[in-house]
Amino acid sequence: MIALGYTMVYGVLQLINFAHSEVFMVGTFAGLYALKAMASGPEGGIVLAGVVGTAMLAAMGASALTALGLERIAYRPLRNRGAPRLSYLISAIGASLFLQNLLFVLTPIGGPAPRPYPNVMVRRTAFTVLGYSVSNQQLLIVATMIAMYLALDRFVMASHTGRGIRAVAEDPETAGMMGVNIKRIVVVTFLVGGLMAGAAGSLYGIYFGQARFDIGFIPGIKAFTAAVLGGIGNIRGALLGGLLLGLLENLGVTCIRSDWQDVIAFLVLVAVLMFRPSGLLGEAVRG
Amino acid sequence: MTPILEVRGLRVRYGAIEAVKGISMTVGQAEIVTLIGGNGAGKTTTLKTISSVLRPAAGEIVFEGERTDRLPSHEVVRRGICQAPEGRRIFPRMTVRDNLEMGAYARRDPDGIGSDFERVFALFPVLRQRLRQQGGTLSGGEQQMLAIGRALMARPKLLLLDEPSMGLAPMMVDRIFEVVREINAQGTPILLVEQNAQVALQTAQRGYVLESGTVVLEDEAAALLGNDQVRKSYLGTD
Ligand SMILES: Nc1ncnc2c1ncn2[C@@H]1O[C@H](COP(=O)(O)OP(=O)(O)O)[C@@H](O)[C@H]1O
Ligand SMILES: [Mg+2]
Repeated sequence: MIALGYTMVYGVLQLINFAHSEVFMVGTFAGLYALKAMASGPEGGIVLAGVVGTAMLAAMGASALTALGLERIAYRPLRNRGAPRLSYLISAIGASLFLQNLLFVLTPIGGPAPRPYPNVMVRRTAFTVLGYSVSNQQLLIVATMIAMYLALDRFVMASHTGRGIRAVAEDPETAGMMGVNIKRIVVVTFLVGGLMAGAAGSLYGIYFGQARFDIGFIPGIKAFTAAVLGGIGNIRGALLGGLLLGLLENLGVTCIRSDWQDVIAFLVLVAVLMFRPSGLLGEAVRG
Repeated sequence: MTPILEVRGLRVRYGAIEAVKGISMTVGQAEIVTLIGGNGAGKTTTLKTISSVLRPAAGEIVFEGERTDRLPSHEVVRRGICQAPEGRRIFPRMTVRDNLEMGAYARRDPDGIGSDFERVFALFPVLRQRLRQQGGTLSGGEQQMLAIGRALMARPKLLLLDEPSMGLAPMMVDRIFEVVREINAQGTPILLVEQNAQVALQTAQRGYVLESGTVVLEDEAAALLGNDQVRKSYLGTD
């Protein structure tokens, strides 16, 4: 889901939003405090669904605002000036460090230590397939991911604005000549990427039970790997890349050792960049 | 009658290079006007500036009595100027239908858009059969039809065409220009940019000859066809 954010922004702007992992991080914090405000212990049934759903919406809102802020402060001034590509990268890394340190310094909210999530959704086995047990939390994550992906796919492929997003991704100058307001499309793209990252952030928090200022780093790298693996700029590719990366990691964990999981993600990233930089479903390199 | 488009003293630069050096021209309410000239003369630069893709360094562009040179490109489309750009610039991974829809992006009148789809199919019947195909899979001639059709979907009050004959076989050029005349006969004024001076001057009522960013000649198309200088430089006849 984070991969979708990278891929959307890249597709439209040919720009890797390196601060995207902090958009995710903000989502885990927002999810945490939304949950805390509503419940302190285990919940069940309708209440649980309502509480988790609301927390997810809060996280999506907070992340979307962060993404919009990033666009406004870290990217738009550069775009208006026609700045070279490297300055976007520097600006993104700067924004990323700023957000991390902000949460580090703001001890009432963040601080150096991880902040625990309230144990609202007690983990238990939902069902078992082929000897693997699937927990209720994993079920929630997969279901949300599929729903988000389908919604995004419909939005991009079938809506008026989605058509504009695709046109800007393919050829911004011509899209402008056809009446597309490119600034607006860029904002919508950051917004959608932020919504996705926020949903992912709150789910990640529920699953791992904590939020911390640097929590976005590993998932950010993995999502970037998934996006590159599937072919960056390609929404269906991002989903495929995510699935494949998950499979490869688990295969590695089974075949080697569990602490190799993150190493495998990095190996995959390096391998894809070396051998097939356009990814599995990647766009042909434009001349 | 006042012209629909008036360009006054237009100058456009790319960094240190001045590509358009103070040109002035008009397009009347029902005219086909052509801008001819060799490669690098500044024709595309002029059209892109009219579409607000480029900003002029000096001069004015007045459309229907109002300046448009400070507006963003999407606003210029809403005012009624749309173009079929040089090299067609079809969105290659979007379907023919989506490409046509893109022309109507700034509009919010489903009924009007529907009837304009029919208008485009009447002009270019082959597009109806290609609706679900990706734009990039069409032949050069079909892509040119799609590019013109896409621009028509904006229901422009002024249509800009940048080298519609480029890279096409003579028979296809004839077919495209037949439709260009038809579009004009239906009431749309056209500013036609061409390197193919022969076909352009046979189609247009008036013409401007551009060399190194300046207008060197302007006259009735028929007069330009007979002009010695034009015949030598652009028609390859003596
Ligand atoms: N993007 C650009 N950057 C720099 N120079 C350009 C650019 N586009 C065109 N030019 C230059 O501007 C001049 C006019 O180009 P153009 O308007 O494309 O001419 P035409 O359409 O008549 O062939 C040429 O000398 C060309 O090299
Ligand atoms: Mg040109």
